[in-house]
Amino acid sequence: MFVHILIFLLVGIFAGTMGAILGLGGGMIVTPVITLGVGLDIKYAIGASIIAVIATSSGSTIAFLKDDVLNLRVAMLLEIATTVGAILGAILTGVINSDILYIFFGFLLVFSSWNMLRKLRAGNEILHLTKPDKLADKFKLNSSYYDKNLKKQIDYQVEHIPLGFSIMFGAGLASGMLGIGSGAFKVMALDNAMKMPLKPSSATSNLMMGVTAAASATVYFFNGSIRPDIAVPIALGILVGATIGSRVMQVLPSKVIRATFIPVLLYLGLQMVLKGLGVL
Amino acid sequence: MQVNKNNAAKEMAKIEITIGKIMRIGVLIAAIFMLLGIAILLITSNSGYSNNSFPTSIIAIIKGIASMKAYAFMMAGTFFLILTPVLRVIVSIYAFWKEKDMIYVYITSTVLLILFISFLIGHN
Repeated sequence: MFVHILIFLLVGIFAGTMGAILGLGGGMIVTPVITLGVGLDIKYAIGASIIAVIATSSGSTIAFLKDDVLNLRVAMLLEIATTVGAILGAILTGVINSDILYIFFGFLLVFSSWNMLRKLRAGNEILHLTKPDKLADKFKLNSSYYDKNLKKQIDYQVEHIPLGFSIMFGAGLASGMLGIGSGAFKVMALDNAMKMPLKPSSATSNLMMGVTAAASATVYFFNGSIRPDIAVPIALGILVGATIGSRVMQVLPSKVIRATFIPVLLYLGLQMVLKGLGVL
Repeated sequence: MQVNKNNAAKEMAKIEITIGKIMRIGVLIAAIFMLLGIAILLITSNSGYSNNSFPTSIIAIIKGIASMKAYAFMMAGTFFLILTPVLRVIVSIYAFWKEKDMIYVYITSTVLLILFISFLIGHN
């Protein structure tokens, strides 16, 4: 028992650190450890991974008393799309063939990793629009953050809000239908579509994931999918890891974060496509 | 005008720090319950429940805590952790309201409302 708790604790610290840096839930690390490593039912893996998402989100929230990297307005505006999407997804489960969904969302991630690669090569992290976006002005979404790596304040503009909103809706649908955290899609909407810099994208995705996951987590909690002996040590590890990770994220160069992101996205995307094709 | 703006910014910073403290307390409460549960589990080598079962209703958890059962503490901590993002939404409404940013008071309240709807749907 003691060994198991220790392993889950360590897995949690790793998943939390990575999750907080990349703005992903850590479910992709937790799930395979539980199903493949420990050999437990997928039901408990989903339960533990939803707790992992919330722990990553809340752990990175408390790393700073005042988080200037996070864009709270963007988070709350888009959260409407993700939560509505998640409810609809949960209702529509079974209406649309989940294999097709896996393939579709998988290819979307592969495409977005290619997009990130292009951006990494282009080298320009921050967008400066000559013409301000009307919706971004109306909803006061443009913001600035202090980059601890570059040691300067960075102003940024946000654009393509309707597109970002739609992708967030899709991300919500995916998490409702497939039971995934869909942090990757959130970062994709913020970074690829809305052109937010990577660090605010990651921090904002982290906050949003927790809110989306909280809605479905109570369902799993009361139906017994969340086993205390698994979820608790993982959650404790993640709380520690996420606090470390969100601090590390702020001092890392954006390029390093992006370079880490590309293989992770590609892996997640291919995994989903293969799952949809029935290979996995 | 400039002075007003500075004061407003200072006040916002204060509110954000208060929010940060509230969030820390929320997560800390969850973590303390989890740690207590693990401590009891390791000391007594007894989860407090037979056949690897564990309490999933609020009443069962409260009863379990009253009799110092390890899994009851751990489940309570997990439940508090699940509530922390909801807490974040609630305190954000307060922050936007203090900032007199009514559009975002409505937007964030909508998010809270949708969350409650999803709670209801999930439990039917």
